[in-house]
Amino acid sequence: MAAALSVHGLTKTYKGGKEALRGVDLTVGEGMLVGLLGPNGAGKSTLTKIACGLVQASGGEVTVAGAPAGSLEARRATGYLAELFRFPAWLTALELLTLHQRLAGSGGGSAEREELLELVGLGDAREVRVEAMSKGMQQRLGIAQAMIGAPSLLLLDEPTSALDPAGRRVVRELLVELRSRGIGVMLNSHLLGEVERVCDAVTIIDGGRVVAAGSPAELAGARAVEIETDTGVVRREGVERDAIPALVRELVAEGRDIYAVREGGSSLEDAYMKVVGSGDRGRAAPGDDFDDPDEPGAEAER
Amino acid sequence: MSGATVSSRPVGQLTQGLTIMRYALQESLRRRVLPVVGVLTVIFLVLYALGAHFAFQEVSDNRQVGFGVEIDDRSLAGSTLLGLAMFATLFLGAIISTFLTLGVIRGDAESGLLQPIAVRPISRTTILVARFAGAGLVSVVYAIAVFLLTVVITKVTGDFSPDRLWTATFELAAAVAVITCISVLASAFTSSTAQGITVLMLFGAGLTSGLLGQIGDALDSGTLVDLSELASKVLPFEALYQDALYSLTADISGTTGYLLSLGPFGGAVDSGAGIIIWSIVYCAALIAIAAALFRRRDL
Repeated sequence: MAAALSVHGLTKTYKGGKEALRGVDLTVGEGMLVGLLGPNGAGKSTLTKIACGLVQASGGEVTVAGAPAGSLEARRATGYLAELFRFPAWLTALELLTLHQRLAGSGGGSAEREELLELVGLGDAREVRVEAMSKGMQQRLGIAQAMIGAPSLLLLDEPTSALDPAGRRVVRELLVELRSRGIGVMLNSHLLGEVERVCDAVTIIDGGRVVAAGSPAELAGARAVEIETDTGVVRREGVERDAIPALVRELVAEGRDIYAVREGGSSLEDAYMKVVGSGDRGRAAPGDDFDDPDEPGAEAER
Repeated sequence: MSGATVSSRPVGQLTQGLTIMRYALQESLRRRVLPVVGVLTVIFLVLYALGAHFAFQEVSDNRQVGFGVEIDDRSLAGSTLLGLAMFATLFLGAIISTFLTLGVIRGDAESGLLQPIAVRPISRTTILVARFAGAGLVSVVYAIAVFLLTVVITKVTGDFSPDRLWTATFELAAAVAVITCISVLASAFTSSTAQGITVLMLFGAGLTSGLLGQIGDALDSGTLVDLSELASKVLPFEALYQDALYSLTADISGTTGYLLSLGPFGGAVDSGAGIIIWSIVYCAALIAIAAALFRRRDL
């Protein structure tokens, strides 16, 4: 069975000579949630756009469900939500989904539309025009349109950037559900805590190259633990998650009362900062994520 | 989440194109500017009716101007009024076609409107042709409707009918379609504002070259006529418009016919059937160039 997304040796050089991607390898398997991280201008959006056929690769091979990226067959298997998107202001939520059902060749009919709107929490907004929706509602509508036709690959570029915490939770639960359905998801996000929480694998790119890849646990490694006891806070560095219960038992055996156990800050963030450092990589290439004001990890959930 | 099985099936490009065309038609009907265009059109038609009514009150069918020369005032007034109406209709059609194709490629790509559609299993050529067809259809239907209404008004107020009504109507509609093509191509190169300015300036340039050609004809200036003919090849909507004007008065001869040929809204030039063939080739080439640019463009 072909991977939902397979990327080998991908390069992209824009007009003017800007090298956005310099030989990227990446695989998103069926039912796999892959987080794509990197600073602004790293090439994340370019990679995503090549995968969905909006941008042409300069070299390398990209396939979606076995078909060359950008082909009609590949696009039939792909759902995509851009970071910077707009929907026609004059369409209602239902009309927008109907339009995309027709374009995607989806046979889901009204049942699919209703289900998707319920899924993203817009069940009561089906007749609301896009122009009357908040940015968060539009983003949720964007996620619903990306899921039309049950694609085998979902490419989400900053899907939660305009959502409130409740909206982010809805999307997280949705991503987990999609994984259980066997849909491959590539999540391009600056929210490291979110990526760490839901993704099976993480790829960090910088300057158009993969600089780190693996599961969040592999990349994060050991982390600090703070245990609040009756005699004060005990802090231990470099403790694996599996070792925390034994540590608590040890303290209890010493006669201490335990009030709380807290894991240290997102160690994926630490790993990210280690391989990428801080700051952007200069001016972004066309089509790349050039206007995100967030610093990586600024909103990482702890 | 019910997990209902939904599948995407291959859909023909024609079906996809019709979906985009329907979307373009919906878009044109729901945009707020269309009611404004409707109101302005009604105002234009009312003013035209008033003007025609008072103009025809002053005319007689055959007026002797001396030396045995006879002028058909009714034909002179009717042809000139209809020529003016045709110019106004062409202008309004150009405005609408430009507006409906504003930002079809570059503008929509820059605003993020195009990407959600372009990732669907539909070729970019289909998107482009469908957007052109949708905008062209609305503009052409509008132009035909407005022009035929002016013909009816002219008939009712002055009992005057053009000589070759359907030829004139067809060529006017074709001129509007050519302007739509030019606007679609401009959308591949320029942002929305620049596109609008470019198309309207080309429209003005075309009409100016047509007038220069008429002046060249009257003055017997070969250079002016040659320049005008060249311009009519580069911007064939002008030649179609001139031919449509000619069709209004093709059968009027004598002194009346000569006087009409001197005016800006009467007589004009018979470009022959070749202009239709050239316009079709021209439009096909423009759409092909726009499609090639669109296919290669990174979105």
